Order: sequence, then C-alpha cells, then structure tokens
Amino acid sequence: MAIDQDVLVVGGGLAGVSAALAAAETGAHVRLVATAQSTLRQASGLVDLLGYTPRGEGPLAEPYEAIPDLPAAHPYRRVGRAGIEDAFDAFDDLVGDAYAGDHTTANALVPTHGGLVKPTARYPRSTAAGLASDARDALLVGFDRLPQFDASLAAETLEASGVPFDVRGVTVEFPVDLGADPTVTRFARLLDRDAPVADDASLRSALAQRVAGHLDGEQRVGLPAVLGEATPDDVRASLAAHLGVDVFEVPMGPPSLPGIRLEQRLYDALDAAGVRIETGNPVVDFDAAAGAVDRVYVERSGTRVPYAASEFVLATGGLVGKGIDSDRDGVREPVFDCHVAQPADRYEWFDDDAFGDHPFARFGVDVDDELRPRDATGEPEFRNLRAAGSVLGNYDYAAEKSGSGVSLATGHRAGRLAGVAAG
Amino acid sequence: MSDADDGIDPVSVFAEGDLDLRAGADSCYKCSTCDTNCPVAEVDEDFPGPKFQGPEQWRLKRKADHDVDASVADCSNCMRCDAACPADVPLSQMHNEARAEYVEEQVSRRSVRYWRDRLLANYRTVARVASRVPRLSNFLLGSRLLRSLGERVFGITAERDFPRFATETFRDWWAARGGAHVESEDKRVAYFHGCYANFNSPEVARAMVRVFEHFGYQVAVPAQGCSGTPMFANGMLADASRDAERNATALSTLVAEGYDVVCSCTSCSMALRQEYPELFTYEGIESVANSTYEALEYLRIQEDLEGALEEATVEFPDLAYHAPCHARNQGLDRQAVELFRPLEGVEVEDVGDSCSGISGTYGWKADKYDTSMAIGEDMFEEMRASAGETGLTECPTCASQMEHGTGYEVRHPLEVLEAALVED
Repeated sequence: MAIDQDVLVVGGGLAGVSAALAAAETGAHVRLVATAQSTLRQASGLVDLLGYTPRGEGPLAEPYEAIPDLPAAHPYRRVGRAGIEDAFDAFDDLVGDAYAGDHTTANALVPTHGGLVKPTARYPRSTAAGLASDARDALLVGFDRLPQFDASLAAETLEASGVPFDVRGVTVEFPVDLGADPTVTRFARLLDRDAPVADDASLRSALAQRVAGHLDGEQRVGLPAVLGEATPDDVRASLAAHLGVDVFEVPMGPPSLPGIRLEQRLYDALDAAGVRIETGNPVVDFDAAAGAVDRVYVERSGTRVPYAASEFVLATGGLVGKGIDSDRDGVREPVFDCHVAQPADRYEWFDDDAFGDHPFARFGVDVDDELRPRDATGEPEFRNLRAAGSVLGNYDYAAEKSGSGVSLATGHRAGRLAGVAAG
Repeated sequence: MSDADDGIDPVSVFAEGDLDLRAGADSCYKCSTCDTNCPVAEVDEDFPGPKFQGPEQWRLKRKADHDVDASVADCSNCMRCDAACPADVPLSQMHNEARAEYVEEQVSRRSVRYWRDRLLANYRTVARVASRVPRLSNFLLGSRLLRSLGERVFGITAERDFPRFATETFRDWWAARGGAHVESEDKRVAYFHGCYANFNSPEVARAMVRVFEHFGYQVAVPAQGCSGTPMFANGMLADASRDAERNATALSTLVAEGYDVVCSCTSCSMALRQEYPELFTYEGIESVANSTYEALEYLRIQEDLEGALEEATVEFPDLAYHAPCHARNQGLDRQAVELFRPLEGVEVEDVGDSCSGISGTYGWKADKYDTSMAIGEDMFEEMRASAGETGLTECPTCASQMEHGTGYEVRHPLEVLEAALVED
C-alpha cells in the first residue's frame, strides 16, 4: 500500500505552492511534500518577473516586451506570455491587498537593504512608499542591534545610483534592551505586541520618537523589514501616525519577514484549497513502470514511506535549494535522476570572472512545452512528471531577476496540466 | 588543469574524532533561520540559540580547548532547528553531543542539580517503583508538603501536578488478557509503548492494541527500556546508551522475524528513528530505525485508513489539536487533523505551530518553569480560542502541559480511532 492522491507536488517553495494550488483548482486531490520549512522564509518577498535580459540589458521597464527575444529553451518561452499572465493573475487574486503592482505589466524599482534598486513585478504593500521612482526625499533608519541593515551605507549607495530624490541614513537605538545577536523575528514580534517600554510609552511610539528627532523635512521613512510578523499593517500605520510621514520597509536578506509573511499567506491558501501538506522529510527514491512514475519514497528519519499518485510535479529548487545536486564528478537531479546537460570537463562549468557569465547558473532539467523533463534524446523522461521553478535549466534567475516569476508561471502551468491529466 | 585537485582531499585535512560533524558545521551558512524558530530564544533573552549551540560552538572547539558553554543546558531539545535548517545541518545531534560533554566535564556528580537531572532523565525507574503502589504514590506526590520540599531541596517545580500512576499498568493489562488476541503471518507489529503509556496513560496503549487488532495485526509487546528522550535532553548519554542497547536488541530480533516497530509517542519514534543511529552503533540500531513508525502513520501507509474513517461516525468531544515538535520533525504534524477532518461526529482544530514549552522534563525544573510557561502561552491562548474544549496530541508531556495551562482533558489520536473503528 501507499499514501495515495491524484497529484503529488514535491517541493514547498513558490513553484511547489503555485503548482499545488493550480492542481487543486482543477478538482484534483493534491498533496505537497517538502524536505524542510519552506524556502520562502529566505526569500525577499519581492516577486520578480524579469529585471534584465540574459545579455544584461536593463533594468527593464516592461518585462513582457523582452519575452519573445529570450532563448527558445528559456522556461518563459515554454509557458508563453499568456502562461505568465495567468500565473500573475492567480497570484494577485491570492495575495490581494498585501501586494502592490498587481494587474500591471510594468516593473517597479524597489530599494533593498544594500542600497541597490531591484526591478520587480510585485512587491509587498509595506515597501510601496519606498519606490525609487518616487521623487519624495527619504530618510533611512537602521537599528543599532540589527547590523544586517546599515542605513547610511544604503543611503549612500542609493544616492550614487542616481535616484531622483535626496536620501540620508541614520541609526537609532532600538527602544528595547535586547540580548546578543537578536533575530529579525524578535524585533518583529516585539513590534507586533507593542508593549509599554520606558515612561509608559508603547514600543512603537518610543521608536517613532527616536526617529522623529532625525527627520529633516523628508516625507517618507524607510526601516528594515522587521516591522511586525502578524500585524505589519498596524505596525506601519502606527509608526506613520506618530511620525506624520509615510513609512516603508526595506527588504532584507534571510531570514526575511516579508518572506515569512508570504509563506504564511500561501500556506493558508493551500489549507483553504484542501491541499494536504507534509514537510520535514525528503523524497529520496521512486518506482516507475511503463514510462510513468508510480510512486515516490519519502524518507522519514530512517523509514521509507511510499506516496503514490497519477501525476507528479518536481519543484525541488535549483543548486541552492538542492533540487540540483553536484559534486566533482557531475551535476544531477537527485530525485528522479532526470537528465541535466553539462560540459564533461567541470572547469567549463564556470567563468573565470567571478561576475562573469557562468554556465552552472543555467544548469537544470530541460522540459518540453508541457513542462515534462526531457532525457538526453529530447524525449519526456516520464509521461506523468512535470517540473517547475529553479530545478529548470536554461535560465539564470539571479542575473535576470526572474526567479519568482519563473516559479509562479511554470508552477501554475505544471500544476494545472497535472490536475487536468489526473482528472 | 582538471587534475589540479589531485592529492588533496579537503574533507580530511583535520584529524577526526569519534563522530565527525565537520560536514554539518561546514554546511551552515549562518542564515539564522534556526534561531528564528527556537522557542527558548524567543522568550529567553540570554539564550544564544541553536546556531551558536551547534555549528558555531563546534567550530570554536576545533581551534582551541574551549569548554562547552553552559547555555547548552537551556536548550529544551525540541529539535525544531532541524526542520528549519535549509542546509541539513545536524543541529540537534550537535546539541546532544555538546550537552553530554557539558554534563560529563562541567556538572559535578556531587551537585543536587546533577542528581535532579539524572532522576528526571530516568523517569522510567522512578515510575516503575511508584507504580507498584500507585495509590500511595499518587497520594504522596499529590501532597503539598512533599511537593514544596521537592522544589526547595531538589529543584523540581511545585507548580505542576505529578502525572498519576495507573492502578493497572499497560503491561499488567496485556499479561492479564493473555497477550495478543490476533495472530497473523504477514501483519505483525512490535509495540514500543514507552514509559508513559505503560505507567501513566495505559488507555492510549490499550487503544493502540485494539485498533491494530481491528485491522488484523498480530501485536507483540517486547521487554523494553526508556527510549532515551529524557536522557538526551539532560545530557545523560551513558544512561541513554544502556537503554538503547537493550531496545535495539529486543526490537531488532522482532524486526528480523518480520515485525515492524510501532510507537504511540512521537518522541519515542523520534528517538528510535533519528537519535539512535546518530548517537549509537549497537547491532540492530539501523534495522530498528528503518522499521519504526508512528502508529497512525503506519496505518495510513498499510491500510485504507482514510476510507475507513470516511465511513465511520464517532461520539467524541470537539478537539483542540497541538502538534508536538517531535511529530513535526517526522513530518506528522498535520496527520491527525487531516485524518479526522472527514470523520463524522468530531471536529478537530489545529491550534497552530507553537511549541508547548514543556519538552519532556524541561518544564519540570524549577529554574525552567517560567520559560516553559512563557513558551506555552501562545498554545494556551490558541486552545482557549478554539471551539473544542478537549485537547488532542500524540505526546504525553505536551499533553500534561496542555492540561496544566488550560485545565482541559487531553486525549490521544489512537483513542479517537478506537472510538471510531473498534466495536465494544
């Protein structure tokens, strides 16, 4: 026997969630299994579509216009413009007011914690007042106990990039006395609770007071993206009310509150859609017969638990997420051992220039128009296996700023095809 | 230049100890996701968190003869960091090793604290004696005077009610009914009941037997020691090792005869599956780890449990379910709610992903009681907000924390299955 469902999605990141939701929408009985907590916790929370072309042109104002010129094997070419738009429409419906930039085709420019500006298609509402295209002057504020965000450095970098406004950076003491190395969630939960600190002032008003002393006519204030976990809108609104100016979050590295909030929202949506979820253990093996995957095995601390389905979606991530694995002898896709094209000499996997054009960044499985991984001869590996997200090859999400968009678009398409095929 | 690496294998440059954790330490890229998942760090400003306790401390110790930092004793061994890590760093294994070294080298054998922790770690021994005279034990442990003495002299909190000892242990019941009522050549399970279901909550163990016999399984109840969970958590690895050898021997013999091992306590299954192979090398450890399952999980794999529950109805109070951290680490945290959702006659609501805070013996220590209750506060609040006024969980110590914080009675998923599927 095995634990049985129509569609089994392997992977709990943006691609896996997108696939599971699209499959569930077709009426299929869907289960999502993931090795560990969702990698969305490491994500910035920005949802990119395409920021730069593979040749490095950009930042792109209108990403869709660049799609037809992408290489033929690029995942976006597999799903086409309509496929991308479907997926972004579904995302917009899902996140509602929590995200801005919805139902537009244009990119926005969002400043991030290093002072760089990222072209992105959808961005958390909390970052909206910070856009680099906004001409209002800005004050960036860091906390002494949060070294991950150096506000002066970020402001200098932003100014140097030629933004159309003046920006300064200052550091204030966080009004709560924190121990060594406080986590980002510690700041966020304290701000959620808003307990009284010294002189009976609430934490938010005490923080606003410290920031207010540095304001010099700026109409907006940017703080590190730790402004609440459960109630970010309240935290931002009360800081803004105290300060009398707009308040925005500057997205940070991992672990990331905007990523954690997005994870929460997406997993709630999975629950609401009736998707079964199991996290904590890897898929390590599978059985196949007559060109189709029959079941996969999840290894639970020693024991192997079989999961059978009629359709499977592989959304295990790329080189960082370990959906693509490598050692000195080669690069492989470890769950189904799908074909991953690569030069035989590993010294050809990379470019000598650290910021050069690295072939390894495009390693991954190659898929047909139904997103089925293809073997070395170009034939589908299995007729009921589809792949989505950064396990796919033929694109460099880091250079293009296309990671979230490819995950949403290929996940949505793979999930819907799997759901229909299972029905 | 493809032969440039010949002659140097970077993974073997350093001399290795008994257990090589280098690869795990190297895998940590310090993202701090584990720290944001640590329930102790959340409420205790002075606790440096799992990243420090694991890979950072391990690296420090490679370079110089540093003592293990005393804060490792504040880790509750909930193991949430394991499931949080995106890089497969074996955090809890590092913590278990460090804690054992700390107790071995820095906690005096003549201190009250050592003997308190040793006693808590060896709950089974205490329970075995106490349950010979259960009524007297319950009376004595309920006495205010003795409890207050226990706190002042021994550092065991007087705030909690001691678990009551059953007047008939599960093993006595099992012997009295004449052992297994079902025989089978191909459906055989060896039940690892652990200490709590034997001495304190035999109704859970009886439910396990009845449910598995209902599905046609031959159940064996081998002689067994403690799973080791409280021993790992208290740094008493020598005690854990002794019981692990005993359990591995008894259970692997049955595995060789075609039995699978089934647990009703998710910390017991965690120990057999993950901690045993990480920490010990006894004969049979691997075969036991590879054949151990949690009870509902096993039935989900082997039987059409979902189908059986869809056709069943049950009379049961509505339930507020808490997923134990150790169930979470085995991927079982959503299982009970998923299974009982279609079951007519009972509503089950998940009270969220917070830790109960008791972590076995942790919350019993007077100096940890406040931390334990502060961690549990989210769960208490969620339970009160939930429609059900009876608790549900797989872990007996989580259950006692749920009772302690809310006053609710707490049941085990096997009891729901028994009520739904087994005729009286």
